[in-house]
Amino acid sequence: MVHQVLFIVFGLICVAGAVNLLVQRHPINSALSLVVVMASLALIYLLLGAEFVAAIQVIVYAGAIMVLFVFVIMLLNAGAEERTRGSHIALFAGVPGLAVLAGTVAWLLIHSSGKLGSVAIGSEPHNIAFGDTHNIAGLLFHNFLLPFEVTSVLILIAIMGAVVLGRKEV
Amino acid sequence: MVPLSWYLILSAILFSLGVFGFLLKRNIITIFMSIELMLNAVNLSFVAFAKYWHANPMKLPSGAEVVPLSGQVFVFFVMVVAAAEAAVGLAIIISVFRTRETLNVDQVNLLKL
Repeated sequence: MVHQVLFIVFGLICVAGAVNLLVQRHPINSALSLVVVMASLALIYLLLGAEFVAAIQVIVYAGAIMVLFVFVIMLLNAGAEERTRGSHIALFAGVPGLAVLAGTVAWLLIHSSGKLGSVAIGSEPHNIAFGDTHNIAGLLFHNFLLPFEVTSVLILIAIMGAVVLGRKEV
Repeated sequence: MVPLSWYLILSAILFSLGVFGFLLKRNIITIFMSIELMLNAVNLSFVAFAKYWHANPMKLPSGAEVVPLSGQVFVFFVMVVAAAEAAVGLAIIISVFRTRETLNVDQVNLLKL
């Protein structure tokens, strides 16, 4: 019961932050609401028992990536978004289409929720711990060793790309 | 016990809001943040499915064992790729701003200045 209440509270905070991201016209307000979304998602990961993911969500997403965003917004001195007239096709076809899509997905999920079952909260005593760093590390450095090494190359390329793109004379 | 469908619905709502922002917003930085929102929504469903398979162990039709923690490892990879993407994307935004003096995507419609 307590878990369901906590899930609903953090889920509502999450959705409210995401809606605020869309409503706000100044990018710095959008960035700060995205931090709220990420922080409450980290709490939902904790409810799921995934402690490691919750920790890196706070450290990497809410910490590193969002600081980068806020830094760039302040560096570029970005002002409030200009209002432009959108196309009428987008308004009259896109919005109902998106609503129908979201409604269909939600209906399907609710309809088949009996088949999907439930997610137990917290660590079960009879199983190995779910969010355990030890098990994740074993998987990451054993089964997923090649993808892990490839991501390190990807990060290196991304660093070089960012440095080259951010130079004064391009 | 929270039903798995609740997590998936929350994930779907966040993803839809991300798509909505990606299509509606005119500021290039806000569009980029909408993409991050979509990545977060996908991460949530990864962790929820991993938890579900952890609670209900099952075998694939091929007989291979499902390793539920793989879902969390995939979240790790998604975050790594998102960090790399943010670094390169923000560098591109800075570069665009230097040449165009604007962040409005309506005015960034030519490859060449």
